Parts: sequence; C-alpha cells; structure tokens
Amino acid sequence: MSQSRPRRVHRFPSNNTWMRLRGLMRKEALQIVRDPSSIAIAFLIPVLLLLLFGYGISLDAEHVPVGLVVEQPTHLTAEFTASFFHSRYFLPISFDSMTAAEEALREHRVNAIVRLREPFGKQISAGAVAPVQVIVNGSDANTARLIIGYVEGATARWLERLVREGRTRPLPIAIEPRIWFNAEVRSRNFLVPGLVAVIMTLIGALLTALVMAREWERGTMEALMTTPVTANDILLGKIIPYFFLGTGGMVLSVVMAIGLFDVPFRGSFWVLALAGGIFLSVALGMGLLISVLAKNQFVAAQAAIIVTFLPAFLLSGFLFDIGSMPPLIQGITYIFAARYFVEILQSAFLAGTIWPLFIPNLIALLIMAGLFLGLCRFIFRKRLE
Amino acid sequence: MWVRIQALMIKEFLALLKDKKTRTVILIPPMVQLLVFGYAATFDLNHIPFALYNEDAGPWGRHMAEAIQGSPHFDLVARISHEADMAPLIDLRKALVIVRIGQHFSRRIAHGEPADMQVLVDGRNSNTALLALNYLRTIVQQFIAQIDEPGQSVALPVKLEVRAWFNPNLESRWFFIPGIVGSLTMIVALLVTALSVAREREQGTFDQLLVTPLRPTEILIGKTVPGFLIGLLEATVIIALARWWFEIPLVGNLVSLYCGLAVFLLSGLGVGLMISSLAVTQQQGLLGVFVFMVPAILLSGFATPIANMPSPVQYLTFLNPMRYFMIVVRGIFLEDMPVDMLLWQLWPMAVIGLIALSFAGWLFRHRLY
Repeated sequence: MSQSRPRRVHRFPSNNTWMRLRGLMRKEALQIVRDPSSIAIAFLIPVLLLLLFGYGISLDAEHVPVGLVVEQPTHLTAEFTASFFHSRYFLPISFDSMTAAEEALREHRVNAIVRLREPFGKQISAGAVAPVQVIVNGSDANTARLIIGYVEGATARWLERLVREGRTRPLPIAIEPRIWFNAEVRSRNFLVPGLVAVIMTLIGALLTALVMAREWERGTMEALMTTPVTANDILLGKIIPYFFLGTGGMVLSVVMAIGLFDVPFRGSFWVLALAGGIFLSVALGMGLLISVLAKNQFVAAQAAIIVTFLPAFLLSGFLFDIGSMPPLIQGITYIFAARYFVEILQSAFLAGTIWPLFIPNLIALLIMAGLFLGLCRFIFRKRLE
Repeated sequence: MWVRIQALMIKEFLALLKDKKTRTVILIPPMVQLLVFGYAATFDLNHIPFALYNEDAGPWGRHMAEAIQGSPHFDLVARISHEADMAPLIDLRKALVIVRIGQHFSRRIAHGEPADMQVLVDGRNSNTALLALNYLRTIVQQFIAQIDEPGQSVALPVKLEVRAWFNPNLESRWFFIPGIVGSLTMIVALLVTALSVAREREQGTFDQLLVTPLRPTEILIGKTVPGFLIGLLEATVIIALARWWFEIPLVGNLVSLYCGLAVFLLSGLGVGLMISSLAVTQQQGLLGVFVFMVPAILLSGFATPIANMPSPVQYLTFLNPMRYFMIVVRGIFLEDMPVDMLLWQLWPMAVIGLIALSFAGWLFRHRLY
C-alpha cells in the first residue's frame, strides 16, 4: 500500500511540522529585525506610556488655588482660615470682595471660593450655627468633589482644635475610616497596575494587526500558500515570535511598576506570569483577527486604533468603576479582555493572591484566547479555499 | 492649480470612502463610541455595595444603618455578625465598604459621648474609595444634625453651604462627554491622514504623485481638505449627540465652538500627515499614531486634571493641541467662555498645526526612499 503512495508523503513525516514552523518563525524574526518598528512597539511603548502615566496621571489634587473672602476678620476667622493655610491641598489666595473672587473663579485662577460672612465671629461666639459659603467650579465634577471633601476636612481639623481647647463639645459620631490595600490612598498605586493591561492591549494588537494583512497586500501570502506549510503553521509562525516580544514588554512594564513607581506587589509572580501569558495570547489573537478580517493594512490599522486604546482605557475598570456604569454598558465591558486582566492585576499588586477572584477571570481570559485564535484559524482557512 | 487640487481631492475622498471597510471603520465607530463611553466615563458612584456589621443593640445603631440604606448611593449587600466575615467580603469585591457600628454606640450617644463608627473601604481603586468615604461623611453629618437637640449647644458650629457653578449637580458626565468629543475628533483626524502618505509610499504611488505637476503645497491641500470635511461632519454629529442625547448644556455659542473645532482639526490633521510622511511603511505609521495619540489624550486633561501633574509634565502638555481644545470644548459647552479666553487657546493650536503641516509638506520631497 505504502509503496503506491506518492513519495512526497514520505518526505514530510509528521515531525516536520516543527521544521516548517521554525522556518516561518525565522522569516518573521528577520522581518522584525529589519523593520525595527515592531521592537519599538514592544519596548518603547511600555516605557513611554508607563513614564507618562506614572508621572503624568494622578487623581490626587494638591495645592488647589482657593479664594478666601473674609468679610470681617477677627481672631475666630483667622483660626478658621489657618487650617487652609496649613493644608498641602490648598493654595489659599485672599480676596477683599466677593466680586473680585468671583471674577477669579470665572477666569479659572481659583477653583473654589470659601466665604466667611460678616457675622461669622459673632455667631460662633454666641454658639449659633455659622454658615460658610463654598462655591466650586463644577466643570470638572470630580475635582470639585475632591475640593469639597478637602474643605470639609479643613473644617473638621479646625473643629478638633476647638474641641481640644474645650470650646465646643465633641461631635456625637466620629467616623474612623480604614482604607485597605492602599492605606495612603495613592492613586498611582491603583492606576499603574491597571495600566499594564492597557499597555499590553495596545502592544498585542499593534504587533499582530498588520502581519497577515501585509502578506495579502504584498502578494506574499499566495507565495506562502504554494509551499507545503499549513494554515496552522502560518498562524503559529505569526504568533510565537510576537508572543516572545510581547512577554519582554510585559516584564519590562511590571519591573518598572514595582521598581520605579514603588507600587507594592503582594501577590505571586507565578500567578501574574500565568495571567499575563493568557492575556497576551488574547491581545495577540485580537490583533491577528483584525489582520485576517481586514485583508489590507490600511483598514487593519484603522480598526486597531479604534478597538484598542479607548475601550481598554474607559471600559476596563482601569480608571472608571464598572459597578457604576449602566447595566447595558456593564454588559459590554465583558467582551473586552482588559477588564479581566485589570481585575487580576489590581488585586495581585495591592491585595495578594485571591483565588476565588482570580479563577473566574482566568477562565474568562482562557475562553477569549480560545475564541480569538479559533476564529482566526476558521476565517483564515475559509479565505485560503 | 485649482483643477489639479480638485482632482487630488476627489481621489482622496474616493480612497477614504469608496472601500466599504474603510468607510465603515471611519464613519460608524466614533458615534457608537460616544454612546458607549458617554455612559461608561463617570466618577459618580451609585449603588455602592456595602455590608453592615452592627454590634449595637440600641436604637441609634439601627437609625444610623437606616440612614445609610436610605441613601440612593448605597446598596446593602450583606449583614454580618462576625469580625472574620469582613475580610472575604472586601477581598472578593462583594462589598466596597463595610460599616461597623460598635457595641456601645447607642449608649455613648445617649450619654453625650462621642460614639465611633468604623468604616472599612477597599482601596484598590483609590478614587472610588475616597468618593465612597465622602458620601458616607455627608450622610453622617446629616444624621448628626438630626440628633442635635434644640436648646443644647450645637455640635457643629459651622455649616458648609456648597454651590457649584457651571454644573450645579456635579455630574461628572458633563465633564467627560465634551472631553470624549475632543478625543474622538482627534482620532478621526488621525484615521484619515496618518496612514494615507505611508500607504502611498509603501505601494509606490507616492513617487508617481511627485512626478505629476502637483507641488507639495498642492498635495498638502489635496490631502488635508477631505479629512477636514469628514472630521467636521463627524464632529457635528458627535456634538449633536452630546447636546441632544446626553443633554449636556451647550451654553456658549456655536461660532466659537466651530472656530475652535476648525483650528483643532487642522492641527490634528497636520500631526497626522506629519506622522504619515515620516513613516516608510504603514506599520511605522500605525506606531506613530499610537506614540502620538495615547499621550495626547492622557496629557490633555481629558480624564485627570493637568494641574495634578508634576511641573515638567505640565510644560510638556503645552505641545499637545488637545490640551487647548479640551479647555475650549468644555468652556463652550459648560461656561460660555469669553472670546479673549478662546483666542488664548486658539493661537497655540494654530501654530502647532501650521508647523506640522509645513513639516509634512517639506517631507514629501525630502524623504525619498
């Protein structure tokens, strides 16, 4: 029987898959080296973004310019305003009149006005409630909220002093807040881990979004198809080299997060490596899927720009709390892999290894990896026929 | 000269709009994204999951718990009675906040002693943690005001009367949606320009363009105008959605908004063409887009205020055209920005746009490989 078969079959025994794959990977590696933009994507982008984000993005407002209007200065008003001058959150600027202060608020020279009306001293001495007027610029609602919180804090400190000196009785209820995992409430500790997911989404898609489209566009795909390589060989040959490149970028990001930005790492590196590997497969798979679907680089690049950065930035829970989004939008977040990885990263960095939280996220990532890579194979095979 | 530019413009329009995939990619996503992101981008918390650990047997503990449950911001997810139950709730993100009311809470309030209330917050998202804590503080303060008995000396001698200008309910959507309008406009400008020259170079058609009688300035105009018109059209749709779908007040005037938009588009298209002319392959063009776009959006004040950045980074933001447009678009949507303030934001964008465009034009002829 075997003698009647064509000789070709004998020349390509099963272990030659590896040989074919090696050849394709070597070709891909050469292409990477010759157009260094892939290497730049893997290493330059993480460094650039982590530096910019790590230093540039902060939700902790400090030295907020605040206008103070004191209509009749007394020692009581001076005590009150002192708590603003001693706070690192405020940069107080005194104004003589409300009109001047309001103009400054309109021109964005101050972010808020705190006004003590004329009878403030009298009211406090008489044991009545003295109203304090606070006007904030609400355009940036988040900063406005923070400022209101800071003003409340400064008032509370002034009150503590009065209580200490026995001039008023203590508040009936004292809140004793304890913030877990991030006791000093540094926004960087929560932003940098999530950032790793945003960056890896970009890198994964950027690395592979053009690789298949490029072969179609240049006509080299037809050339590849005349060789004995199979569809699987081509896809694996595209993914494996970029997987290594992406791993390099990921390691770099994690090292920078811990080494440069002093974000505590309380979980296990093995778990992080596992999650990172699966996530990278999803990100590369997504890029490859774009590439297989688009067939030309122009469309592939445009699709990559649209589906990667802003969704990973806004819908992953990296910055905005998913629980506060409307249910429909929460549903949409489930289709973005970054969401699962962000959850794992934030916990792995700040809280430690929490398996009941990690396992569902890891399973979701595995399913997505399987889905993307499976779709790539399915569509690519259809294209070949 | 006009005929030549016209011919090039028609060709560019066809390149962008004739291919069905390109057309879909350019026209549909910005609108869908505004709708999705408009709802996603908010720092307002509602339904904060909280757990209650009430050790107090008296009435005040119950009243306090009811006050928190009654708030629209908090949802009770669990009542616990053992200290050991607290950690898993926070660890697994079942609860963001745990309120623990101590054993002697009611007795202390009755005796006029300060009663303490422990609050545990999940700090993995530090912003959410701080906001949740602030909401809780407000509830407690209102509660204190309620239990203050008349006749007795008041516990809180001052009362903050807070008013917010331009956004009275402090809805963070009013802040983010104008920002999304800016970001999406920038992305459209980059989509239509950043790969166009790179693609022609990679396919060799750019050399053909250079041997035609078209001069670099004419190529520049021919490549900019179609992108400008597409960008203007999309921005108009996005602005209309922001105004009528999300009901963001548009208090400033439209002429100022469109002046700002035109200058901003010009600078975005200029940077896009510059990236495109620097790139030899589309892969490099794509890399260029990300290297510009991601920092441009992050350092524009879109999500986090520029004032929070360290001062070297703040200086860096002066190079970013989006920084100026964010001020313009928010100023006009929410504040009715006066014309002199508008002009101060317009001229740097115009300078950036002109430099980028002229550099792109220069590169057409001086980068020949």
